[in-house]
Amino acid sequence: MRPSLRLLDAALIERILAEARDLLDSLGVEVHNPALLETLAGHGARVDRATARAHLGAALVDRALASAPREFRLHDALGRETHHFGAGQVSFTPGSAAIHILDGETGQMRAPVTADYIRYVKVVSGLPHLASQSTAFIPADVPSRISDSYRLFLSLLYGEKPVVTGAFTIEAFELMKDLQLAVRGTGEALREKPLAIFSCCPTAPLKWSDVTSQNVVDCATWGIPVEFISMPLSGFMAPVTLVGSLVQHAAETLSGVVISQITRPGAPVLWGGSPAIFDLRYETTPMGAVETMMMDCAYSEIGHSLGLPTQAYIALSDAKALDAQAGLETGIGATLAALSGIDSVSGPGMLDFESCQSLEKLVVDDEICAMTQRLVRGIEPKDDFPARPLFEELLREKHLLIARHTRRHLRSEIAFPGPVIDRANRARWLEEGGLTLGQRARREVARLIEAWQPSALGDGVKRELVRRMEGEARRHGMDALPEREA
Amino acid sequence: MDILKEIAASLERGEDDRVAGLVRQALEERCAPLDILNRGLIAGMDVVGEQFRKREIFLPDVLIAARGMYAGLDLLKPLLAQEGVPSAGRIVLGSVRGDLHDIGKNLVAIMLKGAGFDVLDLGADVPAQRFVDAAQEHGATVIGLSALLTTTMPVMKEVVELVRARGLAGRVKVIVGGAPVSEAWAREIGADAHGYDAANAVERVRALVAAGA
Repeated sequence: MRPSLRLLDAALIERILAEARDLLDSLGVEVHNPALLETLAGHGARVDRATARAHLGAALVDRALASAPREFRLHDALGRETHHFGAGQVSFTPGSAAIHILDGETGQMRAPVTADYIRYVKVVSGLPHLASQSTAFIPADVPSRISDSYRLFLSLLYGEKPVVTGAFTIEAFELMKDLQLAVRGTGEALREKPLAIFSCCPTAPLKWSDVTSQNVVDCATWGIPVEFISMPLSGFMAPVTLVGSLVQHAAETLSGVVISQITRPGAPVLWGGSPAIFDLRYETTPMGAVETMMMDCAYSEIGHSLGLPTQAYIALSDAKALDAQAGLETGIGATLAALSGIDSVSGPGMLDFESCQSLEKLVVDDEICAMTQRLVRGIEPKDDFPARPLFEELLREKHLLIARHTRRHLRSEIAFPGPVIDRANRARWLEEGGLTLGQRARREVARLIEAWQPSALGDGVKRELVRRMEGEARRHGMDALPEREA
Repeated sequence: MDILKEIAASLERGEDDRVAGLVRQALEERCAPLDILNRGLIAGMDVVGEQFRKREIFLPDVLIAARGMYAGLDLLKPLLAQEGVPSAGRIVLGSVRGDLHDIGKNLVAIMLKGAGFDVLDLGADVPAQRFVDAAQEHGATVIGLSALLTTTMPVMKEVVELVRARGLAGRVKVIVGGAPVSEAWAREIGADAHGYDAANAVERVRALVAAGA
């Protein structure tokens, strides 16, 4: 039996979706994209061009839900399958788009640069429980107009894992798509083996900007998977009640599914999001709040009820350092996410309200991911019945250390953690340096960077990635890209 | 592959059931028994021990390899009669009087045997005098004492004092271990070493034997 968490019953899910559909039909959704408004009108939406509002009726929503794929796969830069969304797997990816990095040397948050990003890719390449890389933070040593594509460029140049990313402008999509084409070769090959997921965010409440709505259209056109990141802010830009916020999340996400599916039926999507409560005391959006996590898990239940794979920004923390708060918020989030069966969990490494990545936290969080993945494998009998022969062996031999049963099941039954988790007795811990978690994590970051092997992408592909990125940099007034280490 | 390297590799891969067959094959190929022992069995176990120290493999892997080594060694023993079968050392081991806990002690015994030591396991609830008697009777150079209870730890001191009283200090070393036992306690009672876990106990015993040789 796979252990699971349920927060909503079927009747409540049905009511939330019915209310969301009513909002889309009666109040509609603002779409600041004239061409898309016309497309929506062409597919039966009632469009008020003066207010840029599209009213999405039940038939249009039903058609979109019917054509959205129940499952899809993701592949790494070399074409190997890494994810099968919709098949019940829980995959983790680092939290993305931070504006700061927690400097492992100084313990201070600062603006990240190219060298930091390369170190990040090297670390995430070696972490076994993070199935993809995300464009985790924004290098500050390139112009902001190319900072989105530049992250993807570095990820594809140095890493092999698929990438969870996003475009900050309509224009940037073109290069980000071309970088993927450089890896795959053709549009058909890219559609067949998607390499990246793009986060596309509606604006609360019930609104799509021209940039994010066009990103949805462009991704659907090229068969690039999209995760919709609806961000209701409970008590501020959404009802304070969790159910009310879930209604808003469902309406915004359904509208994203409609935009995607009218562009190209069958375009791959994840029912994702990043809702949060609003802490009125500090005017902040805590991702580590239990109510935030409850909303994540609950909307994932709603997405699964529609047959769609899901995504959430969970398993992260609002702490400012790799401290106990970072561990407890990330650990609780990852556990709840795994028990909820969220298909793609975005969060590891992230601190400070999704604004700061930490390489040291990333290696710690990788262990949390491992523990939760073991948890959802549950407790299953494995050569345990009848029990008597094994106990006869135990009584006869006085231990089972080398029993065939032990040898067969030890490594699959027990998830042994890596070196950042301390399980030595105190004497051994002291003998090995008495290192704190932070010190062990720093040592592991250094080891992973040292152990990194260059991506096996062909040199020709890498040269093409560089050529395209340098061309884009020149268009934005940069003579040369920042220097890169090997 | 060289047959001796194959023996070592089999131990490293945990193919304990292949080792005896390979040793037979090596003998048929007229390899010297001492070469088979040193360049095959011991070379393989050295690699296994190193992997265990680096935590690349687990305790069962070491024990499986040790089982393979002994299967091979049984074939060599008659042929090594003249040179004698080398032993890492002889140790008397037990949980001290009043202490019926023996899981940790058993683990240490298994590990010591795997590392090539002759182990005389006296069991649990063993009085001080019996440890020292057994060491003298069997020519052991190390006594290993285990305790889980703080109330039974003083028996360890009794053993150390008895070793001194019989004039064995220096020739018979005492190592102590168990959950409440620390390096500081070992120093306080005058024991020669403290092992903080089974693997560490093997290293410490090896060092005691080497120092006493």
